[in-house]
Order: sequence, then C-alpha cells, then structure tokens
Amino acid sequence: MKLAAVVPEAERVYAVFRQETKSEAHVHVGDVHAPDPRMALVLAKEQFARRDPCVSLWVVPYTAIEATAPEDAEMFQPATDKSYRFGGSYREQQRVYGRRRGA
Amino acid sequence: MEPQVQEDPERLAEFEARIARGERIEATEWMPAQYRAECLRLIQMHANSEIMGALPEREWIPRAPTLARKMQLVAKVQDEVGHGQLLYRVAEDLGKPRRQMLEDLLAGRSKFHNVFHYPAETWADVAVIQVFVDGAAMQTQGSLRACSYAPYARVLKRICYEEDFHIRLGIDNFKALAEGTPRQRAMLQDALDRWWTPIMHFFGPHDTDSPHLRTMMRWRIKVKTNDELRQQFLRQFVPLIQEYGLRVPDPGLRWDEARGEYVYTEPDWEEFRHVIRGEGPKSQQRLALRNAVWRRHAWVREALERWSAAA
Repeated sequence: MKLAAVVPEAERVYAVFRQETKSEAHVHVGDVHAPDPRMALVLAKEQFARRDPCVSLWVVPYTAIEATAPEDAEMFQPATDKSYRFGGSYREQQRVYGRRRGA
Repeated sequence: MEPQVQEDPERLAEFEARIARGERIEATEWMPAQYRAECLRLIQMHANSEIMGALPEREWIPRAPTLARKMQLVAKVQDEVGHGQLLYRVAEDLGKPRRQMLEDLLAGRSKFHNVFHYPAETWADVAVIQVFVDGAAMQTQGSLRACSYAPYARVLKRICYEEDFHIRLGIDNFKALAEGTPRQRAMLQDALDRWWTPIMHFFGPHDTDSPHLRTMMRWRIKVKTNDELRQQFLRQFVPLIQEYGLRVPDPGLRWDEARGEYVYTEPDWEEFRHVIRGEGPKSQQRLALRNAVWRRHAWVREALERWSAAA
C-alpha cells in the first residue's frame, strides 16, 4: 500500500532516517515538511540531530514509500514451527559438545 | 459538536475488541469517526499548547540572569517548538490540514492549555513553569505513551525524553532560587502562590464532571483519569516544595493516610472555564504575539515556496 494515501501533500513530507553510529542501521525517527530534499535535510538535522547522536541522515518523500498494510502483520508470523531457524533450539547439542571439550 | 456518525456495529465491535486486546491503531487503518475526532482534538490541543507554551518562556530569553541560563532556556524553547512540529505532523494524518490548524490557533478558534494563558512575571515564574507545568505535562504525556493511537504514542516517547531534561533543568533553577537570598526565596514563593491554581486546574475538571471519560478510557485515548493524574502529580511534587522549606500555597492541603491521597481545597473551576475559552489574563496578548510572529516570518514561508517552485 501507499503510505502517502493518508498523508496530506505527501510529496512535501519527508520521512527522516537517522544513523546513530556507523555500526547501526538508519532508523525512522520522524518526519519533516519541506519543499525539496535538500531543505528536508537541513530541517531534519535541526529537528532530529540537535541532541541525539548522529553520523548520517536520510530523507525520503512519503510518495516514494511502499508499505505493507498494518492488518497484514500476521503474514510475518510463520505458518509452521520454524524454531529450527533459531540458535536457541540447539542448546542440547551445545551442552553435549561443550562437555566433550571439557567445558 | 461533531455530527454523530452511525458506525457499522460489527466494525465497531471489532475495533473495540482490538483496543481491548491492547492493540494499537495506525493512521492508515479504519477507526470510528468519534475516535478520529477525539484523537485529533487531543493532539491538536497538545500541538497548540507546545507552540503557545514556548511564548511565556521565550519572553525571558533576553532577560535570563546568566549566559548559561539563557542558553539552557533557548534549548528548551527550541524543544517545545519542535514538539509542536512533531504533533501537527501526527494530527494532520487524522484529516485536518496543518495549515488549517495553524490558522485556527491564530484566529483563537482552537484551544491551548490553561496554564499558557497566564503571565510569567519574574524569573522565578520560569523556574516554577519548568518544574511544575512541565512536571504536570509529564504525568499526562507519560501515561499517554500507552495510548491506543500508535503515531501519537511514538512521538510522545521522544517528547517525554526531552521533557525530562526540562524538569531537571527546572529543578536546577528552582534549587538555585530556593537556596538563594531571602529576596530570591520570596520571589520563588510568590511565583508558586500565583501558579498554584492554574497548576491544580492543569489536569482538567473532576472525573465526575468529565462527560466523555468512559469512552475515552475504553478506547485508551486516555490512560489515566484527571483525578488520578492530579494525585500522581501532587505525590511527586508537593515534597519538592516542602523539602526546600517553602509554603504550599493551599493551607487545606494534607495527606490523607486512610485514603492514600492528598486532600486539597477546590480550585475555582469557574476561572478554569473562562481561561480555556480564551478569557485568561494573557490569552489575547499571547495570541496577538503569535499573530505578529506569524506575519513577521511570512517571508520565510514565501522563500520556501519560491525555492520549491524553482526546484
């Protein structure tokens, strides 16, 4: 779905993504209203990076965002048991392996 | 009053069940017209209050007693205006254009919080506002981080984070005056005396006089009632007055051990009703200042428009 569907003047509303350190990903922290991307960056710096740590900012107009619908959150739930995908499911093996190595 | 919309009972029941399960609603999702209207009313009033609340403190920037105090105050006022931007952004997605909200505020057609209709007469008023008004706001906003409208709950996290700094700054200001010369202490006591009634009004009328309370609580647009928040505030901030040997402005205020709450003298609720209608001691002057600033900064908006047209 288009997030822009509910946002008035969506081409002038920019989602702001802040990166706190180079080892973190950019995270959506809020929006600014601006006539173009360069001004959006100026305003985003003032609004979202004046106190919080920041090494990089991204701004993206809402018109460019395609999103899953909120009611589709269920589709991210696995249909079947997928616990084998997680390390936590392998504790017994770790215990046996650890004992053999004298841990 | 908004016209009553007859909602599809099935959809409404489904919506209420979601709220009851603790789910949060996004701007893109279906919501009852009344839910939308109440959220908009609340968030718009909050946004207006951030902007109007910056004004009494702004008056003290040129007169702050030291350079450090001036810089701290500039930072706080900038935060408040920033909160306004975040909140209008959330409010506009509920269906009212931002421009319309700004114009309604300028024309005095929409409300802002009662405390910002009062004068800030001395530097001690700044300390009292930072501790007690921001402290009161923190009770409401802190509880609303658990509200059901997700975009509001998200911006409140950031707002509360910054309000926490404002209260700490306020306590630093308060402490400096409370531990200062007899004149400074007298100035602080005087500010406290004048602000007591507006602060007691801050959380709104008693729960029994609040007509939409039950619906608001059921929909989690309100998380705690006015009276709960007022008591929570008193528990946190009355000791601050007493510990510094200042006088609580209400001689009738006492802790009731059996009821586990403060008993206080009723503030004049007639004054509250006048003030929120825009008939407070500073209502018209603050709106006039807001209008003057809006006109003076018209060139900034025009420059942005031209920049946009040229791009």
